[in-house]
Amino acid sequence: MTHLLEVRDLVTKFYTEQGVVNAVNGISYTLDEGESIAIVGESGSGKSVGVLSIMGLIPSPPGRVDSGEALFNGRNLIGLSHDELRHIRGREMAMVFQDPMTSLNPVLTVGYQLTEALKLHLGMDDNQAKKRAAEMLELVGIPNPVKRLDDYPHQFSGGQRQRVMIAMALSCNPSLLIADEPTTALDVTIQAQIVELVKQLQEKLGMAIIWITHDLALVAGMVDKVAVMYAGYIVEQAPVHDLYKRPLHPYTLGLLHSMPKLDAKEQTRLASIDGLPPDLRQNFNYCPFAPRCPYAIDKCKQENPALMAAGPNRVSACWRWEDLREETGFGVNA
Amino acid sequence: MSQENGKETFIQVRNLKKHFPIMRGVFRRQVGAVKAVDGVSFDIYKGETLGLVGESGCGKSTTGRSILQLLTPTEGEVLFDGRDLTKLGQSELRKSRRHMQMIFQDPYASLNPRMTVGNIIGEPLEIHNIGDAKSRKDRVKELLKIVGLNPYFINRYPHEFSGGQRQRIGVARALATNPDFIVADEPISALDVSIQAQVVNLLDDLKDDLGLTYLFIAHDLSMIRYISDRVAVMYLGKIVELSDKDTVFDHSLHPYTQALLSAIPIPDPEKEEKRQRLILEGGVPSPANPPSGCNFHPRCSYATDICSQTDPEFRNLGTDSRPHFVACHHAEQFK
Ligand SMILES: Nc1ncnc2c1ncn2[C@@H]1O[C@H](COP(=O)(O)OP(=O)(O)OP(=O)(O)O)[C@@H](O)[C@H]1O
Ligand SMILES: Nc1ncnc2c1ncn2[C@@H]1O[C@H](COP(=O)(O)OP(=O)(O)O)[C@@H](O)[C@H]1O
Ligand code: SF4
Ligand code: SF4
Ligand SMILES: [Mg+2]
Ligand SMILES: [Mg+2]
Repeated sequence: MTHLLEVRDLVTKFYTEQGVVNAVNGISYTLDEGESIAIVGESGSGKSVGVLSIMGLIPSPPGRVDSGEALFNGRNLIGLSHDELRHIRGREMAMVFQDPMTSLNPVLTVGYQLTEALKLHLGMDDNQAKKRAAEMLELVGIPNPVKRLDDYPHQFSGGQRQRVMIAMALSCNPSLLIADEPTTALDVTIQAQIVELVKQLQEKLGMAIIWITHDLALVAGMVDKVAVMYAGYIVEQAPVHDLYKRPLHPYTLGLLHSMPKLDAKEQTRLASIDGLPPDLRQNFNYCPFAPRCPYAIDKCKQENPALMAAGPNRVSACWRWEDLREETGFGVNA
Repeated sequence: MSQENGKETFIQVRNLKKHFPIMRGVFRRQVGAVKAVDGVSFDIYKGETLGLVGESGCGKSTTGRSILQLLTPTEGEVLFDGRDLTKLGQSELRKSRRHMQMIFQDPYASLNPRMTVGNIIGEPLEIHNIGDAKSRKDRVKELLKIVGLNPYFINRYPHEFSGGQRQRIGVARALATNPDFIVADEPISALDVSIQAQVVNLLDDLKDDLGLTYLFIAHDLSMIRYISDRVAVMYLGKIVELSDKDTVFDHSLHPYTQALLSAIPIPDPEKEEKRQRLILEGGVPSPANPPSGCNFHPRCSYATDICSQTDPEFRNLGTDSRPHFVACHHAEQFK
């Protein structure tokens, strides 16, 4: 079976003056048509570099995709020329970033920016493109869409700019939408609006989604599966229900326990994860989470666990995943 | 509102306003005002954590700074130990400052990069002429230990520390003068998920150990519920609801609070799927030109005619022993 996207053993490094940063250390995942995956992890864990690598957007130098494949509709994106990638980006796959101002040009009207892409990728003429652009703004819930085409990005609120970005990303009907922390800079209320919008759009348009976030709570209700990243590795991947019910990696478990429960009357002390994430300028010949892991055993300090099958459709990079499964009362919601 | 449940009122905020003038033209004429804080009144009890939540730009930080007199209030009173801080002269204010400190959101921007950790933490001691060089150094080392850092770090610079560690330095600095009251303005927002719990636990422990009182500003409602005793919800310069945290979270009587609660993501796919969400439309209007009447009315699905005409009173719909203040004409219908 061919997948819409199949990422295999992707390795991306930054060759900086301070040393080689091992940003992405061999990540693999697949995504089918219309499927959604969340990539979760704290800052610096390699989430953005992972997707920028498949889109050919790694600044080089200092960055380089050293090995691995990203098969999109069966075609390997790694190593494609800039022109080929530009054609795929924006048309077949599109991206929404955390800060819309970095991808919206402040001196051009929103209408201009929306119609350019339509003309470039879909060969529409002025009128067709304008009509479609207004439809897209309407689709993402911007009032007075025709009038607002003449406005500049700064005339929109933060939440509206993110909507404009989504409109732009979806205007050419891509089969894959990559959203890199698109709501992190927004208020919870606006975040909820955007999440709801993307869910509706996915139902309507059927695109596959990669949603990157540091917030495990945010994606619980919106994706099919979750990959948790730590220190440039995917350390656990599972269907969404399984992951929250029974995490099989101590880092996932730690993240879930360090979040206060909204509905719990009696709050128990937050279980914090001690220590700090590691410096990525090293080769891990031990489990990268070992220095912070309450479950670490000697083996963890001697050998870096590869991902192991840990049940149907799920993998964990932990020597002790079976012990975690056995431990009673372990599940966060169990 | 002064003595509830035998709790001792520590700070009384009365009709506090902070308006920032909007200037235009060559003569810098004032053409309007940003009503960042527009008449808020509440008490803070000794030893409690009062959580302050609301969307970005609704006036949380301005409220915190105005209470500490880091901003000069436009109007209103702040009674601290019975004295009105807004009426104090410079030298008296400086003296009272040692009892009130602030922890800032951004652990990167709020520490002077050219000062050593020791000087940063010890600076408030110098400003307030507390102790001599030797005793200050001892105190700094003690503070480093209190916040969970190695006293050995005393001569290092902020850039050598991670975000969570810098926030600990900020906390140590705030504690230097032995304050009774701390305004913590989004102290964990800039930190990584796995580090947030560390800092929250630290703040919680310090509160118990040192008998502190907090005004804790945050936009993360789950965290607010976790850390607070009571919660005040702010919208566009006003406090719209105030009660003990369980009342606010489980029995809210204000449509804005209800919408905020409904927007919080829950880390449980089953609950998320079953959930009926109340999605608030639009964003916060400009505080330079707030809507008439109840300023939430353009976004409120319960609004009626009176809402656009009359500003609802901030009234107690709870009991004397368990007050529940709400500013909504139709609050009774949510009971
Ligand atoms: N110095 C200033 N001059 C003019 N307007 C200001 C000033 N400081 C704040 N404001 C305005 O006052 C309002 C309240 O700002 P404040 O910083 O208190 O919000 P906040 O609730 O703390 O928001 P956030 O969650 O983003 O920190 C905003 O509209 C802001 O733009
Ligand atoms: N342009 C760059 N030069 C050097 N290092 C970089 C660059 N971009 C990212 N990195 C490093 O790669 C690692 C992963 O970064 P990133 O994917 O952006 O993390 P995330 O998106 O998970 O927060 C980090 O250690 C980061 O510092
Ligand atoms: S391999 Fe060992 S150190 Fe790593 S997560 Fe599992 S138990 Fe912890
Ligand atoms: S007073 Fe009216 S507009 Fe304001 S919150 Fe209540 S119902 Fe809504
Ligand atoms: Mg990123
Ligand atoms: Mg603020």
